[in-house]
Amino acid sequence: MQYMCLIYSTEGVGPQPGTPEFGAFMKGYADFGGIIQKAGKFIADDALQPVATATTVSVRDGNVDTTDGPFAETKEQLGGYYLLDCDDLDEALKYAAMIPSAAHGRVEVRPVMIFD
Amino acid sequence: MLPPSPLKQTIEKTVREEWGRILACLVKSIGNLQLAEDSLQDALVAALSHWSTHGLPDAPDAWLLTTARRRAIDRLRRDRRFSQKQVEISYIADIENAFREEPDSSAIPVKRLEMIFTCCHPALERKTQVALTLRTLGGLSTEEIATAFLDKPQAMAQRLVRAKKKIALAAIPYEIPDSDLLPERIASVLSVLYLIFNEGYSASSGDSPVRVELCDEAIRLARIVGQLLPDETEIAGLLR
Repeated sequence: MQYMCLIYSTEGVGPQPGTPEFGAFMKGYADFGGIIQKAGKFIADDALQPVATATTVSVRDGNVDTTDGPFAETKEQLGGYYLLDCDDLDEALKYAAMIPSAAHGRVEVRPVMIFD
Repeated sequence: MLPPSPLKQTIEKTVREEWGRILACLVKSIGNLQLAEDSLQDALVAALSHWSTHGLPDAPDAWLLTTARRRAIDRLRRDRRFSQKQVEISYIADIENAFREEPDSSAIPVKRLEMIFTCCHPALERKTQVALTLRTLGGLSTEEIATAFLDKPQAMAQRLVRAKKKIALAAIPYEIPDSDLLPERIASVLSVLYLIFNEGYSASSGDSPVRVELCDEAIRLARIVGQLLPDETEIAGLLR
């Protein structure tokens, strides 16, 4: 099973660059990366540029509508993701809870659809 | 109105007492709650006609389990996409092998416990946990559960279908959780049992028999959990 762990948090909340907390926070991510690599769960991960860089596209009746900004204007934004290979939801939730941003934001865990 | 026939009473009693056990066993080998439930329903229909002509079998529960398994395989075979899907062919082979390897009934208690944890998994809404526990382990009908929640049967049916889909798609495991998760998950199971009991108790001054039944159901399920996890003092506390 592949699980997408989507990391949502409010920009500007949580450890900020230039503070001592930020170093520990980034080390948390480095440690987590090591754990999932070693456990063989890692497939892919990325961090995203701030939400101000987002553009949303939709197509209605053949017309492409491009708007500035993310899909939903909420405080918590998608900031990054991990794609993990886990045996079941419990295992995926275990790793998702280790993602440092889960401490101030949220991590949404979604099974990946397999087309066969 | 005619009194219910002894056969019908026996079947009803077997269903009340054994539904959860048999279903838990089926789910474990089939891996799909919806398919397991449909197959068990099939087996009950077959039991009604077979038992009325041939008499009751020695072990009605084993009869139901075996029949339900065959029906599960039939259902998978009947699936139109089956012939195109290599995956499902090996899936059926796996199920058939699992049936052969598995010594019947001795492992059932553990399977029932695993299913309580699946039904009360925190990835499901609390109301859904309660409804699913009553349906899969208590053997209550969707209508009875809807009545307990003062919901429309259709809405309750949809809730249960959605829950079973999520269990399948998100791969909520049919396992006893690891020891680090166990305290939290037991708490969730106990909350569900407590809610089932309360749902019955708070309404027991009324005249709806379904709700008194909920109290009995909660106690029955709590005893099962207690027997299967004898070291968990929280469960003994709930029954006190």
